[in-house]
Amino acid sequence: MGVSIEVQNLNAWYGANHTLQDINLNIPANHATALIGPSGCGKSTFVRCLNRMHETNPIARVTGAVRMGGLDIYADARPVEVRRRVGMVFQRPNPFPTMSIYDNVAAGLKLNGYANRKQLDEIVEKSLRNSALWDEVKDDLKRKSGASLSGGQQQRLCIARALAVDPEVLLMDEPASALDPVSTSKIEDLIFQLKSQYTIVIVTHNMQQAARVAEKTGFFLNGRMVEFDSTHKIFTNPSDKRTEDYITGRFG
Amino acid sequence: MSTDAFPLRSRFRTFTDHAVTVLAVIATLLVIAPLAAIFAYLIFKGASSLNWNFFVKVPAPEGEAGGGMANAIVGSAVLLGIASLIGVPIGIGSGIYLAEFGRGTRLANAVRFTADVLNGVPSIVMGVTAYALIVFPHIAFLPCLGHFSALAGGVALGIMMIPTVCRTTEEMLLMVPNAIREAALGLGVPNWRSTLSITVKTASPGIITGCMLAFARVAGETAPLLFTALGNQFWSVNLNEPIAALPLQIFNYAISPYEDQHRLAWAGALVLIALIVLAVSLVRFVTSRGVLKGNS
Repeated sequence: MGVSIEVQNLNAWYGANHTLQDINLNIPANHATALIGPSGCGKSTFVRCLNRMHETNPIARVTGAVRMGGLDIYADARPVEVRRRVGMVFQRPNPFPTMSIYDNVAAGLKLNGYANRKQLDEIVEKSLRNSALWDEVKDDLKRKSGASLSGGQQQRLCIARALAVDPEVLLMDEPASALDPVSTSKIEDLIFQLKSQYTIVIVTHNMQQAARVAEKTGFFLNGRMVEFDSTHKIFTNPSDKRTEDYITGRFG
Repeated sequence: MSTDAFPLRSRFRTFTDHAVTVLAVIATLLVIAPLAAIFAYLIFKGASSLNWNFFVKVPAPEGEAGGGMANAIVGSAVLLGIASLIGVPIGIGSGIYLAEFGRGTRLANAVRFTADVLNGVPSIVMGVTAYALIVFPHIAFLPCLGHFSALAGGVALGIMMIPTVCRTTEEMLLMVPNAIREAALGLGVPNWRSTLSITVKTASPGIITGCMLAFARVAGETAPLLFTALGNQFWSVNLNEPIAALPLQIFNYAISPYEDQHRLAWAGALVLIALIVLAVSLVRFVTSRGVLKGNS
């Protein structure tokens, strides 16, 4: 099951560049939350702070608190533990090219020393079914490389890979921006199904996509969160002038 | 058709296209020609002296006809085995450090610089180094020191392999997209595990090529063996004894006054090249099995 995420006074830097400034918000459990905003506004940095991926860059720095279901992921946990609970799907599909489809999905478990074959088989099948890829790949599981799939299939493979470690939160950083419309709609359908089981945070440049999949939407601008509210409110009656300008296409 | 609108320019483009293609083909031929010439000449000079005895007999005593290079073939294999045991792990390990853990640190820059300098050190200096490290010192409780030996030769060749393996490993790892590393880290895989099981595995075809390059390079080295492995006219696979090696045997026969030994030297050179090609192909064959469908 998903957990809620409570972000308090989050600040992030890349070198001297203050990319996130005083972010405060509560992301509800088992819902999809969309983050929108122009390029470079800090929304990707924000999701990378939610699984402590931001700090893998040597010049990056973070302050503030992020609580997931009561656990302060910066004060009380190691990055590796955090990332096991928080799955991430990236902008470009990035399956492991040397691994079969099966091994790609099982990678998170296998590389963490989990080796029960029968259970692995079950988890791989369940994850591929959950990512709506099972029927397309079930005959080639161990024969084909993950890199041999189409772009849309690769992205669903990456979702299956993230689901296989049974996370509570699923972060998606523009998961459909490199895909064609058909693949995009499959990913959106998937988000719709998955949000009953996981807390989903999705970064998107596509405002229709945010409107379609998310209950809550946050608007980022220049490293600050301008507005965070129900998606309906953001797109029909935003409180902030800048939000309105952005969603009506006046800038960004 | 837009090409009809500018007939002159179109013809010029077609001409340029052909000209560049021809130049590329010529360049390719120039690369292949020396190798083909060497191979052809070796076969011409050496093939006639190849017979069963060459592969199963040790060298005949001075002045006698016949004999073979069996001990040198096995000796070369032993030396290259020791060299690979030293050069491959140290080279790959340091390459991983340079690309994955030490990126941008002062130590990494120092290691990279050292490796590049080491790559340019003349091979005879490697021999002197191994001589100073292993052949020269006498330490009572270390009987492997203090004399010419297969070990000393293997160490000399092993040190020579390190820089090539190290730098190609680094280059190949740097070519692995960062997205792959992030994918692994994002699954909660510890950094060391992700490096070994994901990054290095993804780069492994290139790393293996680097190891093969280093292997093939030292396989033909003579100078580092002159005062380390020394050479041996008899059977020996003892690591504490001087050992025969194909390049040494070729060298000794090539400078000898006997016509018979010259012919054996040519045959030895042919066998050396053939064995290197065989070894490299074998490694490629073994490592290419298990590559999945659709994987480039």
